[in-house]
Amino acid sequence: MIRFDKISWSAGSFALEEVSFAVPAGSYAVLMGRSGSGKTSLLEILCGLRTPSSGSLWIGDNEITSLSPGERGIGYVPQDGALFPTMTVRENIGFAQRIRGEPAAATKATVGSLAERLGIGAVLDRRPQNLSGGERQRVALGRALASRPQVLVLDEPLSALDEELREGLARLLKDIQRDLKLTTLHVTHHRQEAAQLADHVLRLENGAVVRESGPPQNG
Amino acid sequence: MTLRGSRWFWGLLAGITGAYLAFILAMLAATAVYSAPSDLWKALQSREIQHSIWLSLCTCTVTALLSLFIAIPSGYVLSRATFPGKSWVQAALDIPIVLPPMVMGLALLILFQTWFGRLLEKAVALTYTVNGVVLAQLVIGAAFAIRTMHGTFDHLSARPEEVAMTLGCSRARAAWLVTLPAARRGIFAAGTVAWARSMGEFGPILVFAGATRMKTEVLPTTVWLELSVGNLEAAVAVSLLMVVFAMIILVAVRRVGERV
Repeated sequence: MIRFDKISWSAGSFALEEVSFAVPAGSYAVLMGRSGSGKTSLLEILCGLRTPSSGSLWIGDNEITSLSPGERGIGYVPQDGALFPTMTVRENIGFAQRIRGEPAAATKATVGSLAERLGIGAVLDRRPQNLSGGERQRVALGRALASRPQVLVLDEPLSALDEELREGLARLLKDIQRDLKLTTLHVTHHRQEAAQLADHVLRLENGAVVRESGPPQNG
Repeated sequence: MTLRGSRWFWGLLAGITGAYLAFILAMLAATAVYSAPSDLWKALQSREIQHSIWLSLCTCTVTALLSLFIAIPSGYVLSRATFPGKSWVQAALDIPIVLPPMVMGLALLILFQTWFGRLLEKAVALTYTVNGVVLAQLVIGAAFAIRTMHGTFDHLSARPEEVAMTLGCSRARAAWLVTLPAARRGIFAAGTVAWARSMGEFGPILVFAGATRMKTEVLPTTVWLELSVGNLEAAVAVSLLMVVFAMIILVAVRRVGERV
């Protein structure tokens, strides 16, 4: 489970005040809201990239508020993929394992199986600038999954794709989430995308997260 | 009507650019044909001038490397960090760019008359030495390099670095593994700018390191020394050599910058 407990954060004139909500373990939650409502900021706070002024964050029974981004067990896919521009697709996906000093053979196996699952086996030796939008998002997803996260955080991962690609990647996302039983928090503007993917739809309105649909939440 | 208007527009822009370029080329051509090639060759055979060429190349290279050592961390801080008084710090780092170079040399000389300067001087001899030439070049060259690196980091999204942090990197490791390789063109440009700027530096070197032949004499100093004794051929020869260096640097920036 992901739990935001009275999280407050501000930057300039923008503020989030005492935001509380929870995403049940193993479920797929989609967070919606107007542009500038603070959806991305909430994801960045969860990932440890912004420090809240008060409140606490939990993943399962562990409080992660004061942990560094790398200690939180979160796989993060930002809006534009944010692939490492000087590395090949293979190096992007194998990055987390390389950082942890895992054996090269294990990294190779992980990269190979993820590439096959995501349908990017043919582009492993390309650099990000030579990939299509859909391929970039698949690589970003593979890179996040290779770190074996407890939680997957997706910031408008499909927004830059055309309808056909979007539907295909949405199906893939849902399949992977179901297979790995990953607790997932996904930000989007698209109602159709939310309907296709979400077990729970949440909406950020006036600094508060309200539940729009889905089974009742605990916590 | 549109096409005609457009022609006038492009014609005007091309005319302004062409006039400026023609003026620059006319200056260079006039300098190039001023002396006979044999006079130029004779000037370049002089031991003093050869020493000056060698010293210029060495000091500029050392200065460029030291400038990068300062500019990469400074540019990163200015681009990525938010702190009180940031705009004041940015303005202060630009002081060497806007102040007359001679004033920078004078300020350096005065600093080394204070207790702090004397303390530094005990560790490394700087005033009127080759080290002083490098320091005089560095105070200005580094400011240009910092500005270049600041712009480079501003143009690189911080997002990949943040993703690297969520994957287990510390901030420093993420910067080292993700951002610095992506900034390699900017690093090359910053080093080149510092090198080229140092090659043309004259005022602060003259004031702080002096113009002693076979000791602290660099190419711009040579031009000044030769002019002061009326040896115009030698001054022109060294000036042309500096034009050649400038051309090599500009071509290198274009060629290598496109490849790295």
